[in-house]
Amino acid sequence: MSDSNHMVTIYMMGKKQRVPADLTIMKAMEYAGHQFRRGAGCRGGFCGACATVYRKKGSYKLQGALACQKIVEDGMIIAQIPFSPQEKVTYKINDLKAEANTFLEYYPEIARCLACNTCTKACPQDIMVMDYVQAALRGDITQAAKLSFDCLGCGLCAMRCPAEIVPYNIGQLARRLESKYIEGPTEHVLKRCQEVKEGKFDADIEEMKKMDKATLSKKYNTREMKIK
Amino acid sequence: MSSEIQGLVLHPSPGNKVFRDRVKELSGEKVELCFQCGACSSGCPMTQEMDYLPSKVIRMVQLGLEEALESKTIWVCTSCFNCEVRCPRGIDIANVMEALRQLVLRKKYDRVVLNELTDEQIKELPQVAIISSLRKLTA
Amino acid sequence: MKIAYYPGCTLKTTAKEFDISTKASTKALGIDLVELPRWNCCGTVHALAKDDVMHHLAPLRNLLRVEEMKQEGLVDEKRVVALCAMCYNTLKRSNQAFNADPDKAGKVRESMDNEANVYSGQVEVEHLLETLRTQGWDKVQARVTKPLKGLKVAPYYGCLLLRPRGIGIDNADNPTIMEDLLHALGADVIDFSYKQKCCGSYHTVYMKEVVADLSNRILTQAQAAGADIVATACPLCEYNLGNRQTEVVKKYPHFNSIPIVYFTQLMALAFGLSEDETALGMNKPDPRPILKEKGPI
Repeated sequence: MSDSNHMVTIYMMGKKQRVPADLTIMKAMEYAGHQFRRGAGCRGGFCGACATVYRKKGSYKLQGALACQKIVEDGMIIAQIPFSPQEKVTYKINDLKAEANTFLEYYPEIARCLACNTCTKACPQDIMVMDYVQAALRGDITQAAKLSFDCLGCGLCAMRCPAEIVPYNIGQLARRLESKYIEGPTEHVLKRCQEVKEGKFDADIEEMKKMDKATLSKKYNTREMKIK
Repeated sequence: MSSEIQGLVLHPSPGNKVFRDRVKELSGEKVELCFQCGACSSGCPMTQEMDYLPSKVIRMVQLGLEEALESKTIWVCTSCFNCEVRCPRGIDIANVMEALRQLVLRKKYDRVVLNELTDEQIKELPQVAIISSLRKLTA
Repeated sequence: MKIAYYPGCTLKTTAKEFDISTKASTKALGIDLVELPRWNCCGTVHALAKDDVMHHLAPLRNLLRVEEMKQEGLVDEKRVVALCAMCYNTLKRSNQAFNADPDKAGKVRESMDNEANVYSGQVEVEHLLETLRTQGWDKVQARVTKPLKGLKVAPYYGCLLLRPRGIGIDNADNPTIMEDLLHALGADVIDFSYKQKCCGSYHTVYMKEVVADLSNRILTQAQAAGADIVATACPLCEYNLGNRQTEVVKKYPHFNSIPIVYFTQLMALAFGLSEDETALGMNKPDPRPILKEKGPI
């Protein structure tokens, strides 16, 4: 229960703590004196290092969250999962084919998927994990890439999967195949590279090399900002 | 059918009833109804790969013999349900086979190893084959 | 008529010819098969253990999707058509188990608690052959422009279309549904005693010599009865009787190859549809030489 100082009670790996109510789990743990050596990274909800599982007192539900993003709630019982073991399969992207059985070749365990949806329930990013694993199983690479786009590889899905699949590896392979083989090379980048090779910008660069800092600064600050 | 099948020596023990009841519970089948007519065995397409005929496995379950769990038979069964259709007492023998498989699989036993599949095999096998064999033969 | 269509994983990958020819031939008959917009693998085999809840989630989730399709007006009724015999069997049996056991149904619903809707159990699962039978074989016959006369077709059912009792689409000992279809297509139907014998199923992965034995038995019987070609309704049977002929020949060098096709491919052929729609180039062994020889192509 929270009091007038706006504090809440949480349980960090079983130890009871009183922490300010508006902190993230990560900040709350540091407030209580916990030092992160693992399980902390970008602190911005992007790297997936701070995977955390928690229950709330009075509820059987097991939930997944990112410690750097989730605000503490009264009665939270927290455990961190700084690492999820995985079978890291090696493949050469240039040798792969964007087709159905590619996923089965490198991750045959996806054939064990039960469509139980436990992975989706565990995901702190609200990704439809089961759906992208199923899309990969039937060779729908574009759908698998699209649905797994926000995946950070935090590992919560892999820890909960009863079929022992590591979904984020599937998503990563899907996105790689999608961007390399299905969407293909980005035309404007290739075009610009060609222009650079042809020396289109050589003269400008030579000129800028000779400029002093003040002139360069002025040129930069007054540059034309046109988004094509 | 192997000609090396010997007779079974029975050692009745209290554990027999527990095993039999567990198989009945898991399969939902009334194995006590079987009177060993052999119709299931005669219709089974996989008997040449089995060590005990399906009707024999049912007999072993009736007697509560856990040796049934060590047979090759339960892993060779394809769940084609030919036995179920033929049984004059309405027993689904394939169900009993599945119960026996589950009792072994649920103890973290894998009958086949996923890593043994080569890339070529995975490339050309239909999805349904890979998925169903893993479902039936792995924990 | 708009009906929900569940293709299953294999029809989207290694058995595309089944999917392609199905869509084309049903369209020609005025049946609009609407593929489930969101679906998952059915699990391929029914969860036989009585205490199992988890393995029912996969098939039942698909049936929930069908109910949602009906709610959104994408289909006319709460019915789903499956083509793969294993998908048909799994979906139908899980549906039956759900409806027969309120306790289990409750547990399934609890496990699917983050779905927006709750499955009512009211979806009917049927195989395309049943759909065609209900419509009437005369309708199939009316659409035929190139009867398959002179082509001796042996229908092969396999296991899961006919068994267990209560799930089978026809009499398990003496089915006639595929024969009726083939008659309507104008083909010469070859009955043979091994038409519902198991092909070896998933043993094709780890025990393919056994599949070679069973396929040899089944196919030599079909040939002895005079068949030019075998028609089937299951992608695993098609693989075991078709692709696995390379294994049969290794063990039985005198074995003569015989092509295997999906019944929907024969439908597309008899309806005079295009080469792309019959997708006959995707089957192994290639059925086109014998089809050319006997006339349909």
